[in-house]
Amino acid sequence: MSKPLLKAENLEISFHGVKAADGVNLEINEGEFLAIIGPNGAGKTTLLNLCTGYLKPSAGHVYLDGKQITHLSPRQIAKRGIARAFQIPQLFTDHRVIDNVMLSNAARLNLWQMLSPLDRPRYRDEAMELLRMFNLADHANDLASTLPEGRRKLLDIAVALALKPRLVLLDEPTSGVSAIERFGLMETLMTALRQAKVTALFVEHDMDVVRRYAERVLVWNRGHVLTQGRPEEVFQDQRVIETVVGAV
Amino acid sequence: MRMFLLGLAALVIVAIAGISAPWLQFLLSLAIAKGLAALGVAILLRAGLISIGHAMFFAIGAYATAFLTRNGITDFVSLLILSTLIATAAGVVVGAFMVRYRAIFFAMLNLAVSMVLFSLLSKLYNITGGTDGMRVARATFFGIAPGEQTFELIVFLTSLVVVMLVGFAVSAYFRSPLGEALKAVHTNEIRLEYISIPVWGVLLVGYTISAALAGLGGSFAAMIIGHVLPEMAFWTESGHLILVAVLGGIGGVAGPFIGAIFLELVHTFAASFTDAWSMIVGAALLFVIFFLPSGLYGLINKKRGGSAV
Amino acid sequence: MLQVLIPLTVDALANAAIIFFVAVGLTLVFSVLRVLNVAHGSFYSIGAYAAASLGLWVVSAGLPEWLTFPALVLSAAFVAAIFGPFVEHLLIRWTYGKSEALQILVTFGLFLILEDLQRIVFGVNSLYEDTPMRLLGSTMIGGIVYLNYQLLLIALAILTLVGLKLMISHTRMGKLIAAVVADREISQALGINTNRIFMLAFTLGVFLAALGGALATPTTGVSPGLGADTMVLAFAVAAIGGLGRIEGAAVAAIIVALARVLAIYYAPELDAVAPYLVMLVVLLVRPYGLFHTDTTRRI
Ligand SMILES: Nc1ncnc2c1ncn2[C@@H]1O[C@H](COP(=O)(O)OP(=O)(O)OP(=O)(O)O)[C@@H](O)[C@H]1O
Ligand SMILES: [Mg+2]
Repeated sequence: MSKPLLKAENLEISFHGVKAADGVNLEINEGEFLAIIGPNGAGKTTLLNLCTGYLKPSAGHVYLDGKQITHLSPRQIAKRGIARAFQIPQLFTDHRVIDNVMLSNAARLNLWQMLSPLDRPRYRDEAMELLRMFNLADHANDLASTLPEGRRKLLDIAVALALKPRLVLLDEPTSGVSAIERFGLMETLMTALRQAKVTALFVEHDMDVVRRYAERVLVWNRGHVLTQGRPEEVFQDQRVIETVVGAV
Repeated sequence: MRMFLLGLAALVIVAIAGISAPWLQFLLSLAIAKGLAALGVAILLRAGLISIGHAMFFAIGAYATAFLTRNGITDFVSLLILSTLIATAAGVVVGAFMVRYRAIFFAMLNLAVSMVLFSLLSKLYNITGGTDGMRVARATFFGIAPGEQTFELIVFLTSLVVVMLVGFAVSAYFRSPLGEALKAVHTNEIRLEYISIPVWGVLLVGYTISAALAGLGGSFAAMIIGHVLPEMAFWTESGHLILVAVLGGIGGVAGPFIGAIFLELVHTFAASFTDAWSMIVGAALLFVIFFLPSGLYGLINKKRGGSAV
Repeated sequence: MLQVLIPLTVDALANAAIIFFVAVGLTLVFSVLRVLNVAHGSFYSIGAYAAASLGLWVVSAGLPEWLTFPALVLSAAFVAAIFGPFVEHLLIRWTYGKSEALQILVTFGLFLILEDLQRIVFGVNSLYEDTPMRLLGSTMIGGIVYLNYQLLLIALAILTLVGLKLMISHTRMGKLIAAVVADREISQALGINTNRIFMLAFTLGVFLAALGGALATPTTGVSPGLGADTMVLAFAVAAIGGLGRIEGAAVAAIIVALARVLAIYYAPELDAVAPYLVMLVVLLVRPYGLFHTDTTRRI
């Protein structure tokens, strides 16, 4: 087994007295593809917020490569190689689709490059490649606000990958995508991740998707880990069937 | 491209008007000076931020010019550059405080700082001349002191050149990652942070540029009018700048200048039969908001950012 | 020492009372409508002009002098009745749910108009009408002279604070307002007529601002430019207290008034700047004010 890339230790947070994370432990290994499942309101998104510094835990720590990142901001954490795609796509809606990706690319530029035009052939080609991969090339020059819901989701993921992260956290990548397109999207995503050698954690509601693509599953309920293991083991577990699979 | 040609056409028309009718030169130069400051306000509008105190940087540029002139620096170009630098420095300091705020707080804190400046300018009589302001001696050009008419012509022509340079520079800035990110602050700050672009840095650069432009305009205005007054920092002036910037939203980088010239003409015309200038500005602002919302940089849209979980 | 300190404190508190009226109006309107009315200060100065004009008329018409007291409240009510529903309906309502930038632009436009309107209606001269203060006279306690009018101001402010709190917690209307503040969408879904609440809250806000202005006239008079100064001061106070917090406005008003009195005493040239220095310091430590409760956007 390789060493953990991301590690969370005893994370705790509560909202209005309700614990959304209650002593959570989590490890993701380099190159792994880990799924998190759990009922609505279990605290899955909250976990991603904690790992990326958007929320600060009231107790516990997050480590990247063994180094504390608990108190860093989302920006500093992104700089260290963790990208995130959101449950509700977070896009620059007044920008074109391609600008969204190019801006994400631009984060790596130095100050001088920051002052020369963003829309240059080199950046454009790089962005187009990613857009093509996600079947968004036809929409490259549309305003991001005009994209249909499913495609926004794709763009949001493309923006995350444009950062060239080491680890990407995906919050329900297939929600809002029609059932027919779901597996196509997952194939694309897996190819992209493997190609770029990106480790991934994804929150998912679709059990078929989880069964097919996850190497390991973490079952989440009421702010803590119910159980974890290989998909085929986990889905045998009676508690899991009750809380998650049955509920979906 | 279309915007560019439009801007160029406007510039040529203004140049011809000014040269063929010298009495217009004063008015046009002054309008351009205010247009520079309004462009500064417009830059912030792109980020969805409204400064209702931006006249403070206009005043800082103007007073800087007055102080420098009083202390023996009379060269036109040096005055412009030094005053702009002083306003830029002020922009960095004030901006460093402002960039944590958005919307209401941003608007009101800018107003508050500008009112502090206004009251200091009017009260510190020994330094600033109080409500009488300060006289600004006519600047020289590379050691030559021109007569009044030559001076007005040179200032007018310089202002046209400056407008062109600033126009190019600002549109290049808008197209750069920094400028695109500035617009992105308006739509989704959280995403910006998550792609590791520092929002505060993006805003501070934008704020500083906008302060520098206002300072440059103020320096021009000080030399054109030959006098500086605390009123230059007053909120009515800031309101004027906002109106011009909002009007200018229709015409890209050239917009604020066209808006400023239009408004200066209206002002001159209106001044002969009414002194309710603020009222006209306010009514015009409401008119633009209600009937010409394309001048509003998408500010009409619903609240900023994404929605809840 | 006490001979100086106590009158100074009373001065400060009387000053705080006036500031409180305006700031609490601003904060109340903000918390209900979620609109910061940049023209709020103008209602203060309009209230002041109206009160001074009415008071001067009462005196010049030879009416009994005690009538100048009801005249103060009456003129504030008058201003609220004229401007409140009208402005809310015509301008503010149109901006609900729109971006804050737009709300600022609209109310700033209104502010520019109102400032000139006052110049046209009331002229550019200062008005001074201090009959109420003269009538009340002063009291001497333990060798210190108190202006009774100042004590009245302080009492009125405390009454207003308590009254507002009681109204919100005990009356039907107050509960409706509290519901709208807590969750506008759910309130609408429950069938609460939010538009009526908005209009009432806005009018109440205008009334409080105008009342502040009216009550201030006997001590300070009224002169052009008051609206803008008051607006920024009211915002500073509301921001220090935490925008939308009624008790925050009260505490902040006292802090600002004390700072101002201290400035007048120790560094007179800093008098006008003192409130902003306080605001700067507070906001550097707590960016959204003393009583602000943290809300992060959910993503
Ligand atoms: N910023 C916040 N403020 C208050 N409560 C919050 C906040 N974020 C999350 N919560 C609460 O914490 C709990 C967990 O929410 P979270 O969004 O993490 O769940 P989830 O597992 O992602 O659910 P879903 O499957 O619906 O996305 C919920 O009860 C939610 O209401
Ligand atoms: Mg979620």
